[in-house]
Amino acid sequence: MRVQQPAATGLDLERVDGRAKVLGLAPYAYEHPAENPTYLYPVQSTIARGRITAIDTAAAETMDGVVAVLTHLNAPRLADAADKELAVLQSDEVGFRGQFVAAVVADSPEAAREAAARVRVQYHQEPHHAALRADHEDLYKPEQINAGLETDTQAGDPDAALASAAVVVDRTYTTPAEHNNPMEPHTTVAQWEGDRLLVFDSTQAVHNARKTLAPLFDVEVEQIRVVAPHVGGGFGSKGLPHAHVVLTALAAKVTGGRPVKYALTRQQMFFLAGYRTPTIQRLQLGASPDGRISVLTHDVVEQTSAIKEFAEQTAGISRMMYSADHRRTTHRLASLDVPVPSWMRAPGECPGSFGLEVAMDELAEACGIDPIELRVRNEPAIDPETGKPFASRHLLACLREGARRFGWERRNAQPGTVLVDGWRTGIGVAASTYPARRQPANTARIRFTADGFYEVQIGAVDLGTGAWTALTQIAAEALECGPEQVRLQIGDTDLPVATVAGGSSGTASWGSAIIGAAQMFRKEHGGFPSAGDTSEGDGERNPAGKNYALHSFGAQFAEVQVHADTGEIRVSRMLGVYSAGRIINPRTARSQFLGGMTMGIGMALHEQSVMDERFGMIVNHDFADYHVPSNADIRQLEAFWLEEVDEHAGPLGARGIGEIGIVGAAAAVANAAYNATGIRVRDLPLTADKFLT
Amino acid sequence: MKPFDYARAASPPEAVAAVAGNPAAAFLAGGTNLVDHMKLGIAAPEQLVDISHLPLDKIEGTDDGGLRLGATVPNSDLAAHPLVRQRYPVLSQALLSGASGQLRNAATTGGNLLQRTRCIYFQDVTTPCNKRNPGSGCSALEGYTRYHAILGASMDCVAVHPSDMAVAMAALNARVEILGPSGDRSVGLHSFHRLPQDQPQRDTVLEHGELITAVVLPPLPEGTRSAYRKVRDRASYAFALVSVAAVLRLEEPTETDDGDGPASPPKIAEVRLALGGVAHKPWRATFAEEALRGQPATEEKFRRAIDAELQHAVPLPDNAFKVTMVRNTVVSVLRELCGVDQSSGGAGTPASGGEDRP
Repeated sequence: MRVQQPAATGLDLERVDGRAKVLGLAPYAYEHPAENPTYLYPVQSTIARGRITAIDTAAAETMDGVVAVLTHLNAPRLADAADKELAVLQSDEVGFRGQFVAAVVADSPEAAREAAARVRVQYHQEPHHAALRADHEDLYKPEQINAGLETDTQAGDPDAALASAAVVVDRTYTTPAEHNNPMEPHTTVAQWEGDRLLVFDSTQAVHNARKTLAPLFDVEVEQIRVVAPHVGGGFGSKGLPHAHVVLTALAAKVTGGRPVKYALTRQQMFFLAGYRTPTIQRLQLGASPDGRISVLTHDVVEQTSAIKEFAEQTAGISRMMYSADHRRTTHRLASLDVPVPSWMRAPGECPGSFGLEVAMDELAEACGIDPIELRVRNEPAIDPETGKPFASRHLLACLREGARRFGWERRNAQPGTVLVDGWRTGIGVAASTYPARRQPANTARIRFTADGFYEVQIGAVDLGTGAWTALTQIAAEALECGPEQVRLQIGDTDLPVATVAGGSSGTASWGSAIIGAAQMFRKEHGGFPSAGDTSEGDGERNPAGKNYALHSFGAQFAEVQVHADTGEIRVSRMLGVYSAGRIINPRTARSQFLGGMTMGIGMALHEQSVMDERFGMIVNHDFADYHVPSNADIRQLEAFWLEEVDEHAGPLGARGIGEIGIVGAAAAVANAAYNATGIRVRDLPLTADKFLT
Repeated sequence: MKPFDYARAASPPEAVAAVAGNPAAAFLAGGTNLVDHMKLGIAAPEQLVDISHLPLDKIEGTDDGGLRLGATVPNSDLAAHPLVRQRYPVLSQALLSGASGQLRNAATTGGNLLQRTRCIYFQDVTTPCNKRNPGSGCSALEGYTRYHAILGASMDCVAVHPSDMAVAMAALNARVEILGPSGDRSVGLHSFHRLPQDQPQRDTVLEHGELITAVVLPPLPEGTRSAYRKVRDRASYAFALVSVAAVLRLEEPTETDDGDGPASPPKIAEVRLALGGVAHKPWRATFAEEALRGQPATEEKFRRAIDAELQHAVPLPDNAFKVTMVRNTVVSVLRELCGVDQSSGGAGTPASGGEDRP
């Protein structure tokens, strides 16, 4: 698509990397050419807690094609073993089932896998705890929760307010562990050349990856190069390096300089690549008979791994969503002998919105008022938590626009009354929100080439979301040239420093740096630059963050059908309306919203990582048993957004769109299922057995 | 994966001789299950004898008006065959409800019958499993059993057979034609798969070296109706929670029904019901069939009949819901096949609002 006009953002530009991907020419981590490579296959622990007492590697070592068998007894030492998730093969301790206890490096992947199967490990097994329970004995309060938020908050006197409230909803909601499961498995190709490490990695953050690796291998960050031009999804699970990255780089130390390639199998991803903690959420809402909320409490129990803490900010959403004079949020962790939980699309807001937004539906029913009207009556004038004004809060506009488009007025408020061809049918709504975060530590470089192009360089990563395209558009607009005149370079630590493709912060953060670099370039070189002219610019900290609460908002609508005989449940229609600031590219943005909603349908109906406490193991660890939506599960899906530019969200006016599509989606489906059947399910996922009568 | 030898058999007898002569050999057809198992370490054959190109891929009429389905006919071809669609819709429906388009293109008739259970413990070699490693114990019995058996299980194994196709074939009284080292034999599909008892490692009555060459479907009397209903956790590409194959013929209305009064419901002349997702084999609901034969086609009779079957169910903690799910699904299918109006749950009789579920 050729566009001559300068205002490139907002254009429905085709993906600039689309052609290469369709032709199979866009290299993912495993596909980069590697000379004389070796292949790694790991041995995973078969106990959840204890110590390795013996490892017999003889049968593996004598196999044809085996280059090395690494165990904690012979693996090179890491300079820093403080992070027990990353300290692979450094001790005889086992902290969870599925942990790396050995690895084979061989000339072929088949030989590596077969040799790994021949490694015999003996353990001294110790008792383990792997299942999350609300009455877990040693729940503890973490110092802080994810995103650096406070663990607990309180305003007013919630218990007294609950005691005197006219209407009280007091319910417990649970969400199961869920696994990110990006299409491209976590993959690392590592090669040492002397004391320099080259890594092709499937990562959301090349610079963060090398910052994590450098101290482990006792090298400077400049000695490590991480490359990731194309990534097949991450959903947070590639935001932080996991153990396999360290293991592959460690193994590459014993191959005499040959590259080591390792892609996790789908089954291994259920143990080694992060996941969303299960949550147990108690919500208490106290209101007047006309639905005005006086008190809102959200008390969360969730899990972390005993070897490394991760505390999901599940109740964070209840701090800012609705006005209530009396509020409390708490987070308590059970420290279990399980794999390390981590980021998964909208950590905090995603599971938290299930509890909060189903509780709101229950409150609406208890008060006998429409669920949208309930939200209207509890719309805060300022952020209840910080007291700051919202930079932009268009929740009600999203709800009203969605209601109009979806046909909300046709909803029958009496549940279980609509039967269509044997299917009980209902509709539901939930609100959505996600904070606008912009990371300041970004630099972009712009160079004018001899053949008249602008090379725009930044170490950003495109997860498949469209960053290649959006950043090209941002650069074109800032340089006042056409997108076809921009040559973008991303996904490499040789490029200027960039922050993570995560927290819905990528486009706004990298885009600000590109705008800064473009302004600097014009200032230094004018409108008619010479070949080789180069400028750099940084993303500046957003001063508006001090004075405003910056959040995106949205409204999720779902129509659900539940078979009257079999209980089977399908989402026949879903529609979202979002307020996310400026939209850079409507084509890729729409895909992001629809992707979030699709994942939300998966969360609502399918996704559940089942822990077998006896083994300390997620037992449904493949795609036959861990269900995500199939094409047939996704029927009519529509995403819309409000046209707006958030003047407080930095030079781009954009707030980020990667995560808001999933927030509230599962609640909308659950609320619709209740409207369809009269059966209130408070424990995800909403499976057929829960609707059998 | 363990290194293995590969050979292409030139004829069915040669294939049989090759596998029969090597205890560590296995037939390879579509490979959709076996190759997975080799990767996962569940199966480690030393030799694969490829039968995929043998002339066992025909669908032919039999003299009595039935069909002979070659063992290597792909599932997709079988489902699409005009005679199958016309005479045995239950089979076409069952096939199309299974797996994905890509898998159905590769998977064969014989291989589908020989699919092994999808029990997650069977598939994970780090856990005990009597089917995979006899005598090591059953991890499922006290584990995650949402997809496990409620009928005919033993303390040694509570796994279910995963096939949809086989459930339809059970309801069609299909026969399995087998070529072995000492000649041919034919086994009724209902007797082909085994219950686990104390030998869960044996899924079927096949001996090592025996090869399925065809499945024969007997003809159905004029006026027979059939249907397959699969209930699963997502809209496609999932194994059954429960499934129902029903083959049924109603009696011709008699002259006396032409009076002024309300027509009495037609009677069930013949019925065969097979259940999937509930047992170690496709489960013929013979108690229910017995209770339905000669009875008027009413929802009340349907319900009582399937209850006669389900009184033998022994559900596990995670799958107690299957008893209700089987009952409701059987009633739903019979209602549809017999043209009986839904007597409850209609728009006029809403479910009660505000009901709580754990």
